[in-house]
Amino acid sequence: MTDMVVKNLTVKAKAATLVDDASFRLAPKEFVAVLGPNGAGKTSLLRASLGLELISSGSALLGGDETWGLSPAVRARRIAYLPQIRPLAWPNTVRDVIALGRFAHGAALGRLVGPDAEAVDRAIAACDLSQLQHRAVDTLSGGELARMHCARAFAAEAPLLIADEPIAALDPRHQFRILDLIADFVKKGGGALVVLHDVNLAARYATRLIWMNKGQIIADGPPSETLTAERLSEVYGVRATVDGTKVEMDRPV
Amino acid sequence: MNQASRDFEQLIVKWLTPALAVLCVVAIFVACLLGSTPLPLDRVFAAFFAVLIDGGDVGDQLVVWSIRLPRALAAFLVGAALGLSGAALQGLLRNPLAEPGVLGVSATASLAATFSLYYGLVSISPWVMPVAAILGALAATALLAVAAIRRLSVVTLILIGVGLSSFSGAVMSLLMNLAPNPFSLSDMVSWMLGSVANRSFNEIILALPFLVIGSAVLLATGRGLSALTLGEEAASGVGLDLTRQRIATVLGAGLATGASVALAGVIGFVGIVAPHLVRPFVKHDPARSLVPSALLAGLILVIADIGVRLIPTDNELKLGVVASLIGAPVFVWIAMQRRSLHD
Repeated sequence: MTDMVVKNLTVKAKAATLVDDASFRLAPKEFVAVLGPNGAGKTSLLRASLGLELISSGSALLGGDETWGLSPAVRARRIAYLPQIRPLAWPNTVRDVIALGRFAHGAALGRLVGPDAEAVDRAIAACDLSQLQHRAVDTLSGGELARMHCARAFAAEAPLLIADEPIAALDPRHQFRILDLIADFVKKGGGALVVLHDVNLAARYATRLIWMNKGQIIADGPPSETLTAERLSEVYGVRATVDGTKVEMDRPV
Repeated sequence: MNQASRDFEQLIVKWLTPALAVLCVVAIFVACLLGSTPLPLDRVFAAFFAVLIDGGDVGDQLVVWSIRLPRALAAFLVGAALGLSGAALQGLLRNPLAEPGVLGVSATASLAATFSLYYGLVSISPWVMPVAAILGALAATALLAVAAIRRLSVVTLILIGVGLSSFSGAVMSLLMNLAPNPFSLSDMVSWMLGSVANRSFNEIILALPFLVIGSAVLLATGRGLSALTLGEEAASGVGLDLTRQRIATVLGAGLATGASVALAGVIGFVGIVAPHLVRPFVKHDPARSLVPSALLAGLILVIADIGVRLIPTDNELKLGVVASLIGAPVFVWIAMQRRSLHD
């Protein structure tokens, strides 16, 4: 029982309701994309589900336990969390940053042994970073940094992964590359919940789409069922034509 | 980077701490050799081991055990406490310009100590002043710990520190402004400038427990500082308990800094300079920078204090003044080097 089960989750900040009665489930072998406009409450939903933000009502279970009650280390071993990418404080080596993915397993930088070292090696190989592993992070390009953060999340070897806009500000080739990495993780039995802004890519990679608007989950299902021109117009306020998983968008009339 | 230069780097990482430790011992020993009364090597050795084997001159023993060794040890301990606190706070705040002064701990500690001088409480017992400094540091750290428990952001912690520093500075100026006589004024000034002259083992023993506990807390929670490299959100993502980390670092740095202020008054910038020099040699990992930073800062102050004693001036220079004269320009230089990327 590794699933994340969120039921009737509500998050309030003073008078504003950031997340309103949201329910969803994340299980292994699923690639779930969360879609919605800026300010729809996507990040709040993820953070509250992880127990990082205070819940007003509802519940968020991870492997059967309320996430807010889990110690950060236990939670991190059950689910890897990749927040929106922020600059690193120091010019560490790529390998050291990836090794931080093993923090919840007790790994200390510079003294990486046994299973921790093996997990880091596997993550480096999976993300094709062996050539870069001894470089300082301030010498990497945006695409290489994104790959490094993916490797860091994979190094935790948690069954689930939550990533908040992992492909923001990347060129198209790197967007494909990162989503391929996450798709690989899902193929190997992982479950991923990924916030995306590119509807085409979401429809192409995800097995399920969660649509958010104004704090509510308004639809949750496979792209074939939930991706419609009406929904795009409702959620993003754009005119759209949908052909299978291909989407054309235009400014509203 | 090729394999050979990586091996060389590994070698430095491995030997940095032992090498610094040896240099510290040598520097403390040299500090016992040098001074106004010249003591040759054999007499210092004789005085050192007089406890174990009979012999040596009683006067030499007095110079070494009551004057030079406690002074050198005090300089080392103060430096080590400030270097360790600085390295830990820089890791916590993810900013190479952080140091005990930034969180207002030094300022509050020195304010409390100034109070005890002002009201002549020191005449009750010579231990009143060190205790007051430690209480001042604890008051500041308690306030910061409350802020940390309430999960206020690091920027807020720094701002609270700025507020504490400014307020302490203002009250201190007020006290000096209203000083009843020139003697208490010169007392306060000389203590605020920072010095380890005339320190005895008594004062060291009083400060030591706080210093040891604070350092132990900082060293035990060092691993979390590595995780904070990622930023707070990602650090909690990899499993760091943010609240606990903040409390531990703030408390540990508060205790160690309070003890150092109790021992030597305000000595600035060594807590910034030492970690900055160490960082490139430990792959910029905050956890691995802790011990070398402490040793290097201790070494710097022992050497600076030897310099203070040897420079022939009418009034002996204050260690804190010399530290700031060297440290402040380095601080400005580090600030100028910083790229906006890291802000």
